[in-house]
Formats: sequence, structure tokens, C-alpha cells
Amino acid sequence: MAEIKTMAKKSWFLPAILGIVLVAIPPFVGGYIQHVFILIMMWITMATAWNLLGGYCGQVSFGHAVFFGLGAYGGGLLYLHWDISPWCGMITGPLLAIIIGIPIGLICFRLRGPYFALALLALGETFRIVFTNWVSVLGGACGVVSSRTWGAEKLPYYYIALAIAALSIYVVYRLMHSKLGYYFVSIREDQDAAEALGIPTTRYKMYALIPSAGFTGLAGAIYMNYMAYIDPEVVFNLAGVSIMMILVVMIGGAGTLWGPVLGATIFIILSEVLRAVVDPIVGLPVSYLIFMVLACLLIMFLPDGIIGDWGKIKRAFTRKKPAYLGGE
Amino acid sequence: MALFGQTFITGILIGGIYAIIAIGMTLIMGVMKIINLAHGALMMVGMYVCVVLFASLGLHPYLSMIPAMIILFGIGYALQKYSIDRVFRIETILPESQVLLTLALGLGITEIIRLIFTSDYQCTYTPFSAKCFYAGGMSISQPYLVGFIIAMAFVAGLHIFLSRTDLGHSVMATAQDRDAATYMGVNAGRITNFTFGLGTALAAAGGAILLPIYYVFPDVWHPYLAKAFIITILGGMGSTVGALSGGLLLGVAESFGATYWSPGYRDVVGLIIFLLVLLFLPGGLKKVIGR
Repeated sequence: MAEIKTMAKKSWFLPAILGIVLVAIPPFVGGYIQHVFILIMMWITMATAWNLLGGYCGQVSFGHAVFFGLGAYGGGLLYLHWDISPWCGMITGPLLAIIIGIPIGLICFRLRGPYFALALLALGETFRIVFTNWVSVLGGACGVVSSRTWGAEKLPYYYIALAIAALSIYVVYRLMHSKLGYYFVSIREDQDAAEALGIPTTRYKMYALIPSAGFTGLAGAIYMNYMAYIDPEVVFNLAGVSIMMILVVMIGGAGTLWGPVLGATIFIILSEVLRAVVDPIVGLPVSYLIFMVLACLLIMFLPDGIIGDWGKIKRAFTRKKPAYLGGE
Repeated sequence: MALFGQTFITGILIGGIYAIIAIGMTLIMGVMKIINLAHGALMMVGMYVCVVLFASLGLHPYLSMIPAMIILFGIGYALQKYSIDRVFRIETILPESQVLLTLALGLGITEIIRLIFTSDYQCTYTPFSAKCFYAGGMSISQPYLVGFIIAMAFVAGLHIFLSRTDLGHSVMATAQDRDAATYMGVNAGRITNFTFGLGTALAAAGGAILLPIYYVFPDVWHPYLAKAFIITILGGMGSTVGALSGGLLLGVAESFGATYWSPGYRDVVGLIIFLLVLLFLPGGLKKVIGR
């Protein structure tokens, strides 16, 4: 672990430069690029949050859309019923996600591996259906429409999203460099051994879930404020939110600090490029198919993600074997 | 009382059809110990095979079921052999990457079908589809009844296959203990591929049974996948009897939920049952039945 510490000290340089670039560049680019940047920041927050519970603590959740949706609805419902500014959702959203997350965790952390994943998948679908059907309280399938504070101006949203993304990375970094981090990894590596060493696993899983749910909820709250429209089919979507969060983390590398950041960046840029460039060339909506094929290949050949399998990628390029290309 | 009986019978009939889809999944889960989320998409492919045969040759889905099952057996076999098996052997940080791979495969297959057939709803309408008969104030739909009978025939056939033939014994042995089966001379890898193909073929049969009742579009599989894994967990993995009873139970529960609560919450009933079973009956009905 000493090795990781020294690496961490050296690696302050790169994030600092990256941070300056991310603060300085956006005012000078067009609205569309700003939109892409906002999406990237939102997904970085979500992926980092998922990674804390899934990547580090090993509790693979197929239902993080629950927290995203609750984060979005935390503000949306206030606006719907009492006409309170959706910005209050930045507080109530994550709070709601955490409050609902605690009983979910207490119940579902008794389950392991794929059972846990499926339980959360079922919960995610349950929330989607309830939010779609309970019209009087939750707004139903019509969703919630609010208005944007700054109209067409995107920059304020960007800086808020950037700040939250940075905060999420910082919090995960601090957590993983404290005693808690070792506990989380030990639970992922071998839950029985961790328990035998006296780690109360359910409690520490909760410690991973609470910030994870909170930050996912925060991302949902930004989404609510930025898009000014939410409906259950979007924010509680299984394939579009829950599964994408896992894929994003897996692209970058689960259980690494910068994996989710890289994954989110690649995911958003790739999906925008595929949609804007490849679809018109082919003339068919192939972007989603290409994305899924890439996802399959990635899981098959780089199961630990780009950062996690960086050594493997380097070997594939440096080892000079003319007859053997790609692969492992 | 007629409403109660009607609800119950509808639940049983649709539950039998769910059961055949779920049995495919439970077989795969028993042998591979992973949840195959591509199952629903493969069922949908089976339905499209039937639609194509119906449109070109006018073959009734109950007949085109057989070619659909053969084609889907091949697709399932190939997917397992060339894609999923690879990840099955690799050590990763998150073992759930296998589940994710099956889901990505499922979504990819859906997109391929969408490119070929577009998202339009298609159906194989036969005069038979709307027929029903009345008994004691209750109407019983003929396609549901015939579908139920076909499904039960498949379940019975599968049960005989698993308990009476050598190949079936090998499948069961691999499901019970992979290493021990290997030591006994079972080629576990090939059995896994075979089981995946068989499970997929059963899903295709389920899809074909649904066709005269339902319509088909590329995303049709989402609720059926959910039902299949609910039944798999409910019944206990790898158990045909468990999956059958789980399917019937789910069908009845959903049917009652739709009648007495609200049709919109129909799917929630299943999901709640699922969560309760996961928490309070982790082994599923298999433990209760003792098989």
C-alpha cells in the first residue's frame, strides 16, 4: 500500500492541470460542447458514486437508478406540489436518496453477489412502475416540468456539475485513503474473511452506500435542474441509467479512482460521436448497437477496464509478436 | 365468485407459459451459476423467427415453434461457446461482469432485430387467436389453454429428459457440482454449451406460445425477462419442479394483483414477491418441495 501512497502524491500534478483546463476552457466553446461537458460531469459523479459501492466495496448494484431518480424527484416533487424552487432539490434530492437508501441497504445487504444485484434490479423496476402509476402524489407518467433558472445559458450548470464531480472524486479519494477504504476492499475481496477478522460487514457496506446514494442523488438533482423535465421512464430507466452506470465504470476500470472519470468521458464522447457522425453515414440508427458490441468486447477482453487492465494493454502493444495481434 | 375463478384460471394458464420461459433460465442458472439476462432477448428472436415463417410460409406459430427452437438452440450454443464462456473463465475484480455481458448481448441482439424488422408491432393473427369458450360464467381463452397444454408437455418432456437420459444426468450432475462431474468424466464445458442452447430453445418455445396471444416488437422481452428471473429465484435455481410451481404462483399472484389492485401495478406484485422470497426463502420453493 506504500506504493499507492507515493503514486498518489505524484499524481496530484495531473488532476491540477486537468482542473485548470476544465475551469478555463468551457466559456470559449459552443453551447453544444458545453452541453457535452455538463453530461460528462454528471456521469463522472454518478460513475464515481457507483464505483464506491460497486467497484471498491464489491456490492454490484443493478438499481442505482433508484437513487438517481429519487434525487431528481426530491426537487421535482417540491416544485410540483408547493412550487418551491427546484434548487432546493440539491439538498432534498440527495437526502431523499439517502433516507430511502438506508432501509434498502439494511434489507438487501443480507444478499450476496448476483442475488444482491437482482434485488436492486427488481427495486429499480418497482420504483419506476410506482412512479409511473401513482399520479396523484408522484405526478405519474407525465413527469414534472419546471423552468430553467438561467434560460439557455449553460455555463452556471456546468460549473455546478464540475464542482460536484470534483467533490465526489475527492470524497471517494479521502474515503479510500482512510481505514474505511481498507475495510471496503476487504469486503469485496472476501466477505467471510473480512467478517472473521471482526469487520461488521453490513455496517461498512452501509458506509459505502450512503455517500454513493447521496452523490447519485445529487447528480439526479442537477439533471432535474438542467433538463427542467423529468419523467419516471427517463430517470428510473434500467438500461439507460442503472446499466449504463455499471458499463461506464467497467469501461474505465472498477475499483480505481480515475476509472469512472475516464469511463464517463469515453462513454459520453463516444455516444455523441456515434450518434452525430456514424448514424448519418450508415443511414440507420446503429449507434446503440455499436455501443453494445463494444461493451461486449470490452467485458470479454478487458474485464477490469482500461485503467485496471492498463498493464495488459501496454503488453499487447510493446511485446513484438508479428503473428499475434490484439487479444489478451 | 366468477370473477375470482376467472382471475385464478387466467393466472394459472399464463403462469404455465411463464414457467416454460423460466425453466430455460433456471437450467442455465443451475449449470452456470450466473443469471442470463440475454434470455429474454433470445426469446424475442424466437418470436421473430416464427413471425417470418408465418409471413412467408403461413406456418402457424405452434408448428414454426420447432424450427425456431432449433435455430435458437444454435444461437444459444454459439453465444455461450464463443462469448460468455470466455468471461466465465477469467478472474476479474467484479464477477458480475458475466451478468453484465449477458445483458449487453441481449441489448445488442435487440438492436440487430430492430435494424432488420424496425420497432413496429407485428403479430401472427390466426382466427384461432380470439376464440374462447365459457364454463360456469367464466371465459377461457383457447390460445391460452392450448399454450398452457403445450408448455406443460414441454415441462414434462424436459423432466423425463433430465431424470431418465444420460445426457440429462450429465446436465444435472454439472449443475450439482461442476468439479465432481468433471472427475466423473462429464465434459462440463460441452454440457454447459448444450444447456445454454437447450435453455434458449425453451425460451423460443415460450415465445412461440405467446405469439397467437400477444404481439411482438424488439423490446417485448423486458417484462418476460423480469418474470423469468423472479420465477428462477422463486423456484430455486436448477429445479424444473420449482420453476413450474414458481411460474404458476407468479401467474396467479399477478392475475389477482391486476384484478383486485390495479392493472398498472401488475408487475409490482411479481417484484415484491421476488424481494420477499430473496429475503425470507433464499433457497426458493425447491427447499420447501424438497426436490
